[in-house]
Amino acid sequence: MVEKQFKVIAETGIHARPATLLVQTASKFESEIQLEYKGKKVNLKSIMGVMSLGIGQGADITISAEGADEENALQSLAETMQKEGLTE
Amino acid sequence: MSFLQGIAASSGIAIAKAYRLVEPDLTFEKKTVENAEAEVARFDAAIAQSKTELEAIRDNARENLGADKAAIFEAHLLVLSDPELLSPIQDKVKSENVNAEVALKETADMFITMFESMDNEYMRERAADIRDVTKRVLSHLLGVKIVNPSMISEEVIVVAEDLTPSDTAQLNRQFVKGFTTDIGGRTSHSAIMARSLEIPAVVGTKSATKDIQNGNLVIVDGLKGEVHINPTPELVEQYKKENEAFEAQKAEWAKLKNEKTYSQDGHHVELVANIGTPKDLEGVINNGGEGVGLYRTEFLYMGRDQLPTEEEQFESYKAVLEGLAGKPVVVRTLDIGGDKELPYLSLPKEMNPFLGFRAIRLCLEEKDLFRTQLRALLRASTYGNLKIMFPMIATLNEFRQAKAMLEEEKAKLISEGVAVSEDIEVGIMVEIPSTAVLADQFAKEVDFFSIGTNDLIQYTMAADRMNERVSYLYQPYSPSILRLVKMVIDAAHKEGKWTGMCGEMAGDETAIPLLLGLGLDEFSMSATSILKARAQIRHLSKSDMEKMAEQALQLPTTDEVVKIVKEAANLK
Repeated sequence: MVEKQFKVIAETGIHARPATLLVQTASKFESEIQLEYKGKKVNLKSIMGVMSLGIGQGADITISAEGADEENALQSLAETMQKEGLTE
Repeated sequence: MSFLQGIAASSGIAIAKAYRLVEPDLTFEKKTVENAEAEVARFDAAIAQSKTELEAIRDNARENLGADKAAIFEAHLLVLSDPELLSPIQDKVKSENVNAEVALKETADMFITMFESMDNEYMRERAADIRDVTKRVLSHLLGVKIVNPSMISEEVIVVAEDLTPSDTAQLNRQFVKGFTTDIGGRTSHSAIMARSLEIPAVVGTKSATKDIQNGNLVIVDGLKGEVHINPTPELVEQYKKENEAFEAQKAEWAKLKNEKTYSQDGHHVELVANIGTPKDLEGVINNGGEGVGLYRTEFLYMGRDQLPTEEEQFESYKAVLEGLAGKPVVVRTLDIGGDKELPYLSLPKEMNPFLGFRAIRLCLEEKDLFRTQLRALLRASTYGNLKIMFPMIATLNEFRQAKAMLEEEKAKLISEGVAVSEDIEVGIMVEIPSTAVLADQFAKEVDFFSIGTNDLIQYTMAADRMNERVSYLYQPYSPSILRLVKMVIDAAHKEGKWTGMCGEMAGDETAIPLLLGLGLDEFSMSATSILKARAQIRHLSKSDMEKMAEQALQLPTTDEVVKIVKEAANLK
């Protein structure tokens, strides 16, 4: 299993378009991918799961992946986070 | 054949087949299923069909309505692929041996409840997405057809209970020839939209959705407010002739497109347009508008999930100012709150939204939001002839505060080296009786007035304009309203300022003779009303209308006013 921590800097947090893109990216991979915030873990392939966390600006989140393509998955998600201005 | 009387909301005649924009029956019963595997397969098939349908809708929306309108369907597609939604439904069918409809509804309701209880308005709105998606899947499970307005591909007349902004956003203008609704009046959203799209419409028929079936031939007569269902061939023929006459009349009016507006005795007034987005400019230019008298900036803020940035706003304002090439553009600062909500601002619900925390009241409180808009406006000011107007001003202090913020932002921009126009007129909307009554004091400080009649009438009569039971109190020709209008115009003229009007009344053929007589300087209306108004004013004598208006001010009732206007102005 691989995991990485992020600090969300986007003013609007993770919702709407960025959430959509993260879920779309995660869904491309075989691995089990989870998003953890304030001790609550959700499936990152679930848009409703991601939205239910209500992640706002300044949040510390952890993304973890487990499976055959875990490295690629995490790499891809980190890129999406950066491209969408969610993190530095 | 049958006939419905409604309210003429947008002029013109349309003849086409009916398309009912009505929710289908999605009721079902709870059943025990023998073969759970087969039931799951049936559910999976419904999901697959829903996805195919949504993909087609998304692609169609992207092509015809733009990427921002397509985004909502993208979100719906993601919900349909959501393992956290699908697995519990499949599990429920297997473990409880219930039909897929029940499993879907119960699971979706759980999520809807969860989202609705969140303290973030944006999240609460997401409950609507789940509801939408659930309906679509249910329709496939039940084998009923759900309406997809964005997929209309032949000429139709849309029949609906009412049309919401999101319904109309999905309509393809090319195919929607007209529409008719059960509820609404001349100032409801659907009516305003029909006029800006130049589509004939009849609203408030009370029973259109009951009386009209899909595919019925329908005539929408937006001139008389009539709807004919399955008309005789003779009537269709007659309407085609009337339509030709209407088109010929419009062609006659079109000759006035590049003319200025003068009364018979040579008095000049300005006829300008109300717009909501830069897209409306084409209509202003095609209809010979002498400028924009009301640019409603709230559309920039609506139908999205966060505030527009200064840059986005700047681009829109600049586009409008450049598009009008030096003609005046009166921009109204954000008029939101009350009935016009912005989910992402998380404003509390109010008992009396029309009397509540809205427009300038909100802007003076939410200073960052207001300052961003002011900066964007000031930066755009060098691209044309900008005038700024504040809505819902009730006291001079409100105006002074707003003006001071504008001056501060201006000074900041100049110190940052940004060019700002030196002669931006700053005025107010007069829509609250307190301001009309005190117009002489306001006139010393503002550069202009613009009378917003829809609200001025509702506040003066204390009659909610959304409430059909008190709609008889919407009386623009009431002597009480006319006296207020007169006070405002006279106060402005005394200080050498000008007065415009940007409510429905300014484009109304019965009001125009009165307003001309009262001395109104600028008439702002739906772009499509401009040429007709110009033709009318050319045949009116200002001095005769002055005498008539003087007389009207002394009459006791609306009916008596209407009578003398019709005589003096030769109206039927």
